[in-house]
Amino acid sequence: MGNFSATAIQASYFIAAALFIFGLKRMSSPVTARSGIVWAGVGMVVATLITFLTPGMGNYLLMTVAIAVGGIAAWVTGRRVAMTDMPQMIALYNGMGGGAAGAIAAVELFAGDVHGTAVLTLGVLGGIIGAVSFSGSLIAFAKLQGLIKRSIRFSGQNLVNIVLLAATVLAGAAIVVHGGVPPIVTALFALALLLGITMTLPIGGADMPVVISLYNALTGLAVAFEGFVLNNAAMIIAGTVVGSAGTLLTQLMAKAMNRSLANVLFSGFGEAPATEGAAGPAGTLKAIETADAAVMLGFSEKVIVVPGYGMAVAQAQHKVWELCQALIARGVTVKFAIHPVAGRMPGHMNVLLAEAGVPYDLIYDEAEINAEFETADVALVIGANDVVNPVARTDKSSPIYGMPILNADKAKNVIVIKRGQGAGFSGIENALFYLDHARMLYGDGQAKAGELVQAVKAL
Amino acid sequence: MIDGFIALYIFMLAAFTGYEVIARVPVILHTPLMSGSNFVHGIVLVGAMVAMGRAETTLELTIAFVGVVLAAGNAVGGYAVTERMLEMFKSSKGKR
Repeated sequence: MGNFSATAIQASYFIAAALFIFGLKRMSSPVTARSGIVWAGVGMVVATLITFLTPGMGNYLLMTVAIAVGGIAAWVTGRRVAMTDMPQMIALYNGMGGGAAGAIAAVELFAGDVHGTAVLTLGVLGGIIGAVSFSGSLIAFAKLQGLIKRSIRFSGQNLVNIVLLAATVLAGAAIVVHGGVPPIVTALFALALLLGITMTLPIGGADMPVVISLYNALTGLAVAFEGFVLNNAAMIIAGTVVGSAGTLLTQLMAKAMNRSLANVLFSGFGEAPATEGAAGPAGTLKAIETADAAVMLGFSEKVIVVPGYGMAVAQAQHKVWELCQALIARGVTVKFAIHPVAGRMPGHMNVLLAEAGVPYDLIYDEAEINAEFETADVALVIGANDVVNPVARTDKSSPIYGMPILNADKAKNVIVIKRGQGAGFSGIENALFYLDHARMLYGDGQAKAGELVQAVKAL
Repeated sequence: MIDGFIALYIFMLAAFTGYEVIARVPVILHTPLMSGSNFVHGIVLVGAMVAMGRAETTLELTIAFVGVVLAAGNAVGGYAVTERMLEMFKSSKGKR
C-alpha cells in the first residue's frame, strides 16, 4: 500500500509540475493565456488532492477546515475585487504564500525535524525569505489600498535595515549550528517579519509594483527552499520556476519604469519629491470645447488614444471605448498606445481596457507605436500625464529624465482630457500641455468621454 | 528521497525554465503573468498540508493551521484573479 501511494503521489506531483510550466508558457501569449491558468489550476487540484494520501499524516479534519477557510475567503475576495485594485490583491495573495512558506519552516524547525547542514540552511533561508515576503507584501497591500497614506522615512533607515538583516542572518546561523532551539527560532521569525516591514515602509507608491513583483519572486524561492526541506519535487520545481520568472519580470518592470532595483529598494524616491521652484514650461494652457474636440476627432484619419491611470480612476474606460467605436464607425483608424507603467503596474492598463471590451489587437505598447504618432491626426490623452511628458527626453534635471515616453507630442494635434490644472503623479509639470498644438478639455473623464460620444454621433 | 546533487540539478533546470518561459512575454501580459506565477507558488499548500499532517504539539499545529489557511488563500485567490483578468482578453477578430 505504502509503495503504491508513494508512487501515485510522486506521479501526481510530476504531472502538476509539468502542468504549471505548460500553463505559464500558455499564459505568455494573449491568444492562449486563458487556457494557461486553467491547466495550471488542474495541476494544483491534482497535487492538493493526492497530498491527502501522504502516509503518516493526521489532523485531516482541521486541515480540511483550514483549506476551506483560506480558500473560500480568497475566492470571495478574488471574485469581487475591482480591476483597478488588482495590484494590491496580488500583493496580498503573494504575502499569504510567503507566510505559508515561513509557517512550514517554523513548524519543521520547532519540531526539530530538519537534519543536515545543507537542508537546515535551506530551511532557515526559506523561512527568512518567506517571512520577509509576508510582512513586506502586507505593507505593500496596505499602501496601495490607501491604509498607509505616506512613506515613512527616518534618518539612518538603511542602517537599521542592515542591522536587522545582520541580526536575522546571525539567528539563522545559530539555528544551523545548534538546531532549532525554540527561543532562537522565535527570534528569527520576529526579526525577519520586522525586516520585511522596515524594508517596505519607505518605498513610495509608484515603485510598489516592482516591489510586489520582487516579493513574488522571493516567495517562489522560499517555496522552493521549503521544498528541499520536505523533499517535495513539485514545490522545488514550481517555486524555482516562479523565482526565476519573477526575477526576470521584476527587472522588466523596473526597466519599463526607468528605475533600477537598487534604486527602488534603497533610495526612496517614487513618492514624488515635490518639484520646488522649477521654472514652469513656456507657453499657456489652451482650453477646447467638447464640440470642437468632437469635430477634430470625427474628421481625423487616425486617432491614437493614450490612456492613463486617471482614466481608470474616473471609470471612463467604457465611455472611451464607446467613443472609439463611434469613431471607427466613421472610418477613423483608432489605436491605443499603452505605456508600460500606464496603470498601477506594467500591463495593468491592458487589463482595464480588456474589461471595457477593447480588443487586444487595437492595443500597442510604446515600442510598437511610438513611430506612428507622426502620422496621427490626433493624440487623445486621457488621464495620462508623466508618460507623455516630453521633458523626459530633454530636461536632464527632471526626475523622469531618461524614462521612455509615448511621443504624443509628435502627433499633428493633441487633445488632453484632464480634471483640472495640476501636475502628474510625480509632481512634475507637463510640457506637452503647453505646446502650441495641444488643447485641454477640462472635466471628469467619464462625463467628457460621454459628451464626446454624443457630439461625434451628431456630426 | 531526492539526493543532494539531483536536487541541485532540478533547481538549475527549473531556474532556466522559468527564465525562458517568461523571456518573450509582451508587456500587455505582465500583470496577469505576475498574478499567474503568484498562483503557481500556491503549491506551497501541499507543503503546508504535509507539515500540518505531521504536527504534534499545539504550537506546531497552530502555526501549521495558519500556514494551510494562508497557502489555500494564495492558491485559490491567485487562481480567481488571474482567471478573471485573462478571460477578458479578446481579439477584435472574434473568438479564437
